[in-house]
Amino acid sequence: MALLETVDVVKRFGGLTAVNKVNFKLDQGRIVSIIGPNGAGKTTFFNCLTGIYHPDEGQIIFNGRPLHRLRPDQIASHGLSRTFQNIRLFGNMSVIENILVGMHVHLRQSPLSTLFHLPSFKKEEKEAELKAEELMTYVGLKGVGNELAKNLPYGGQRRLEIARALAADPLMLLLDEPAAGMNPQETEEVTRLFRRIRDQKGITILLIEHDMRVVMNISELICVMDYGEKIAEGTPDEIRADTRVIEAYLGRGAVAGQHEKKVA
Amino acid sequence: MIPVFLKNTTKRLEQGLCPYILILVHMVLGTALVYISPRSNLAFLVLITSFFSLYSFKADRRFKLAAGMVLTLLIFPVVGVRNIFYLEVIFQISVFSALALGLNIVVGFAGLLDLGYVAFYAVGAYLWAFFGSQQFYILHFAPGTQPSHLPFLLPGDAFYLFVFVAILVAALTGILLGTPVLRLRGDYLAIVTLGFGEVIRVLANNLDKPLNFTNGPQGITPIQQPTMPQVAVDGFNALFGRVVGHTVSPADMYNVMFYLFALAVIIIIIFVTRRLDDSKIGRAWTAIREDETAAIAMGVPLVRMKLAAFAVGASFAGVMGVLLAGSRTFISPESFSFMQSIGVLSMVILGGSGSIPGVILGAATVTILNLQVLQGLSLYLSQLRQTDAVIPIINFAWANLSSQLDPAKYQRLLFGLILILMMIFRPAGLIPSQRRKREPASDEAEAKEYHGTP
Ligand SMILES: Nc1ncnc2c1ncn2[C@@H]1O[C@H](COP(=O)(O)OP(=O)(O)OP(=O)(O)O)[C@@H](O)[C@H]1O
Ligand SMILES: [Mg+2]
Repeated sequence: MALLETVDVVKRFGGLTAVNKVNFKLDQGRIVSIIGPNGAGKTTFFNCLTGIYHPDEGQIIFNGRPLHRLRPDQIASHGLSRTFQNIRLFGNMSVIENILVGMHVHLRQSPLSTLFHLPSFKKEEKEAELKAEELMTYVGLKGVGNELAKNLPYGGQRRLEIARALAADPLMLLLDEPAAGMNPQETEEVTRLFRRIRDQKGITILLIEHDMRVVMNISELICVMDYGEKIAEGTPDEIRADTRVIEAYLGRGAVAGQHEKKVA
Repeated sequence: MIPVFLKNTTKRLEQGLCPYILILVHMVLGTALVYISPRSNLAFLVLITSFFSLYSFKADRRFKLAAGMVLTLLIFPVVGVRNIFYLEVIFQISVFSALALGLNIVVGFAGLLDLGYVAFYAVGAYLWAFFGSQQFYILHFAPGTQPSHLPFLLPGDAFYLFVFVAILVAALTGILLGTPVLRLRGDYLAIVTLGFGEVIRVLANNLDKPLNFTNGPQGITPIQQPTMPQVAVDGFNALFGRVVGHTVSPADMYNVMFYLFALAVIIIIIFVTRRLDDSKIGRAWTAIREDETAAIAMGVPLVRMKLAAFAVGASFAGVMGVLLAGSRTFISPESFSFMQSIGVLSMVILGGSGSIPGVILGAATVTILNLQVLQGLSLYLSQLRQTDAVIPIINFAWANLSSQLDPAKYQRLLFGLILILMMIFRPAGLIPSQRRKREPASDEAEAKEYHGTP
């Protein structure tokens, strides 16, 4: 059974249909990308999955449970974690605290144990801190735990967002343009990081990305959106050769083979 | 040149015994000055700012604790009893510190701009005012028409119980008022909470009919106080009678007692605030302040956490309300005006939103400006008016100065100035809040392992 399945998901903003009847299936343990021109509705689709928006129509089934009426925090606690296209860290909190917030759903501390620092509280906090430090090392942020998040360099902030999302021990990670604004070397590093996350932690990854080097490099499946609709789906090679995709990117009439390279 | 010089001097002052000596000198100087001239505002300022020395100089924590205890438990009560006005100032600083700490949870931690915070203070105050007075037996009388010699509903010592009841009632009120406004952000939230604050005040003003709960604008009095053991009065007289210079009456002792209560409440509030701040709840609050959308996407239940902030903040104010009702023995809606909310907010912003020492400093500064500086100026001006002094160059006789110009009435100007100046020059406040620095947990664990297996 698919880990994530959407059925005819529609999201409208006034007269604009940002997501139009998207059907989508994603198996456990895959790395899948969503691509599409600007304004295609990719981020809106993510927002529907994570409960930031409620879809106007359709269903979203994740891990056997319907998600489309749940609040974002409930969805997060069901194992769906995300990053944001325009980085949304807790700027005035330290790096480690950002990650600890990501663990919110797993921390059991009661008000009483918090006030009196009961052993259960101390133990849990210590373990959480240890785990946060592990995650920092894992994404390549070792030793900056006390730094304020807003003071990290751009690439560091992107990594921190990933660490924060991983802190919830998700089943599935949604990454919205995680390599945007990175230089080629950083891009390569995070691409490797995604693969490690999938291979070592077994976390399914759904990724929106404009950088075709990343997309073609790690995706096992690519889904293409245009004007809110899913217009194609397939392996990187299939997508490279798909005329509708080339049209979506380069406009009608640009079909023939000479532009294929640009897409790839 | 000068900054370098300053830096070197401060560095030298932080070495060895220097800080200890400075703190002690400041404390002793302040105490001596107040002792010599019990009516001087300046002397009192020197004394009260010794807290600042205590906070800012680097010294052993135990020393600081001891010095702080001597100041708050010994010097302030004695000095305060000698000149009861000082005790009033100190008490108000304590009350407003507690209120500011409560509002700090809502505004400073969770970032929810609450302009009606004083409502919860009113709830606490009216709670004890109703149950701790004869009001229960006046329910069916219009204000001013009640018969004399009515009994009290509860004994004065029920005060202690109501301190705890107030925590619950105020927290519930916080949740009640918080629920409908949770979807609002920023300015909208501010306006609606402002409205709710006014609603509570208007209720207090008008709930004298059909049943007379609050006695309307006249307010409720007398409100009972917990019993004061004669031993305490006698003991204080025996110990400090000489220093004080006159026999201390039970009324004076009540002032000391309520000051000590307020102090105890503040200490508990600081404890609770720090513990919460450093836990899942506190982190969730700060996350909400920083970015609501990101917080909820990370699994922080917005509604529950915001309500928790409202409830905790409100409960602090509720307790202080009970204390206020007890100490004043009189409560009226006037004490809970919108200006009070703004005042507490300006304390939080002046001191440093989110910072515990900052907020206390803010409360102290604003209260002193209000009670001592503005009122001192008023007094000075009215004295000048009596004389036939003239401002030289412009040839203006002080006696002609309009009596409208009464600085004590310029509270609003003061709050406004504070808010504007802080926004321009120090948006993070006098003592900005800082995130806790953590020792790497893995180091500690490794160290333990290392020592554990020799
Ligand atoms: N909250 C909103 N209100 C109104 N319109 C919106 C809203 N969010 C998105 N849209 C519109 O929906 C369409 C899809 O936007 P979306 O952000 O999902 O695109 P995208 O595929 O993520 O684009 P990009 O690659 O630029 O990030 C756009 O036309 C956008 O203007
Ligand atoms: Mg987008």
